[in-house]
Amino acid sequence: MSARYYWGLHLGLIALLFAGHFVLPAYQHGNVARIMVLAVYAMGYNIAFGYTGLLSLGHAMFFGAGMYGMGLLSYHFDAGALPAMAAGIVAGAMLSLVVGLLALRTAGVSFMIVTLMFSQALAMTLVYFRDITRGDEGFVIPSATRRLWGMDLSDEAHRYLIAWGLFSIVLIFTLWLVRHRWGRVFVALRENEERASLLGYDAFRTKLGALVISGTISALSGAAYALLFGYAGATFAGVQYSIFPLLWVLLGGAGTVLGPFVGALFMFYLIDLSSGVTDAYMLIAGVALVLLTLFLPQGLVGEVKRRLWRDLP
Amino acid sequence: MDMPGTAPCVCPLPGGARAQDATDFMDFGPYLMLAMLEGAVLASVLALMASGLSLVFGVMRVVNVAHGEFYMLGAVMAWAVTSFIGGGPALAFIAAAILAPLLVGGLAALADIVILKRLNYDPERTIVATIGLLYILQQATLMSYGADARPVVPPFNHRIALPWIEWGEGGLAFYFPWGLSTTSYKLFVIGAAVVLIAALRLFMTRSRAGLIMRATQLDGDMATAFGIPVERVYAAVFGVGAGLAALAGVLIVPIQQAHYLMGGDALLLSFIVVIIGGLGSLAGTIVAAVLIGMSDGIISVFFSPTLAKILATLAVALVLVFRPQGLFGGKGR
Repeated sequence: MSARYYWGLHLGLIALLFAGHFVLPAYQHGNVARIMVLAVYAMGYNIAFGYTGLLSLGHAMFFGAGMYGMGLLSYHFDAGALPAMAAGIVAGAMLSLVVGLLALRTAGVSFMIVTLMFSQALAMTLVYFRDITRGDEGFVIPSATRRLWGMDLSDEAHRYLIAWGLFSIVLIFTLWLVRHRWGRVFVALRENEERASLLGYDAFRTKLGALVISGTISALSGAAYALLFGYAGATFAGVQYSIFPLLWVLLGGAGTVLGPFVGALFMFYLIDLSSGVTDAYMLIAGVALVLLTLFLPQGLVGEVKRRLWRDLP
Repeated sequence: MDMPGTAPCVCPLPGGARAQDATDFMDFGPYLMLAMLEGAVLASVLALMASGLSLVFGVMRVVNVAHGEFYMLGAVMAWAVTSFIGGGPALAFIAAAILAPLLVGGLAALADIVILKRLNYDPERTIVATIGLLYILQQATLMSYGADARPVVPPFNHRIALPWIEWGEGGLAFYFPWGLSTTSYKLFVIGAAVVLIAALRLFMTRSRAGLIMRATQLDGDMATAFGIPVERVYAAVFGVGAGLAALAGVLIVPIQQAHYLMGGDALLLSFIVVIIGGLGSLAGTIVAAVLIGMSDGIISVFFSPTLAKILATLAVALVLVFRPQGLFGGKGR
């Protein structure tokens, strides 16, 4: 199908979410704002995992780098929203560059364990230097930072619109990237690294590029999460937040532009509903992971792509 | 130690400082010994748990992320068995040491048949599925057992004061410094781990079942051609691996209380051990467990346990980055 259809589909989702701002009831309005910020994280993760085939178990370190890069500058130096956000994004970009240079020397299972371990080391470091980071408790982002162009970011309406803006930018960027020559090389590496290398593509540099883009978008999401919802804590750098984007992307469909949002949306509501019933809401995440690997390895959007719309990006 | 000529010196600082050094040394020795004993207990439990992880990787070539939860289940089941069986702590403990590994091993074998077999043991999908299994086991424990940490009474627990040798005024002398002691149970844990690991080694090298496992490890297709039921071997190996973790959990629970989140740290440490020792190599695993357990015990006593874990984690990640082939059994995985 022609490009007009999938641009229509993706821009349609963006328009739908914008309409949501005016029609959603207060509670769902807050939830969808949160889901859009988390979907940015999932889209970042998807560039590494879904498109390039880099299964990382440590993306929480990039999310955490963004969150703490932004939060610490704000907490200790009363920085404004834009410089603080920039600090978070730069922190994530630099961390993903360093981690990529080291971890991409490995592949497959080793890559999973190395990223897991780097991420664990960062999470423990955040807890260890409690004088600077407030350790396990975390800290509230000062209200001085949570203002942008005269808007109060703790206000529900502003929060939703900023989340929507970020989500739209990253969605369109992803759609552009995966249609671009670079994105196609990512997929070529995922499908057959040896063949892509033989054709003359530099596998290491391409994967490094993919990981840095992925880590930077994840950091953007972490920084935005702290800015919009006003809190930074070490939990967000923990293992659980490395597993979440994997779960969202698997559920929605790895290697599809819409998959991460669909996965984050479904999983958020599944966990939200079950946490009303029990404290053990992560049980849902566990069951979903097992069932997905067993019965739906392509994910929801991936199934649509496989059955109905083969060239959906 | 002062030389006779310096005795009348009125300056108190150098002499005083030297005396201070001497006292520090006197305290440091017993303190170090205490740290090493704690480290040895940790090393024993770790060796048992990590050899389970290593066995599973060696034979099946999959990384079991849920291994820490089998350890936790062992501890929780030990609590359950000891609180429902009467007849004194010793009998209850023996029952727990038999029942908990059997139940956990059976559960793991079932998980292998229901989940891992259907994934064809694809390395990456298996990791994702065992992450799911991790949360299922952990959260199911939270729902049934609760969020409390609960103790298990050790079968025996005599306090043993330990002697220390000191160069006293009348030559070498034994004495018992205050605070330098261990319990008979901790010594038993070390002994039990040594016996169990020796038994595991004998089982793998001398028994027919061990031979079949090693044959499957070397070449699964060839083993199938010789009529070895590889699928059943995999289920058994996964069960035995989990059973070893559960046994480690049973042994540690009289020292450390049973808690539904205790699997996380244990998993991280076992990963560190098997990677340093070389995944799949039992001998390497034991050496690494002693190394990591002892140094973790010693560093944690003198410095911060978190710092020890941060350094160990980073070190292991770098080992994997720079020596992957040597540590993953020769294959560039």
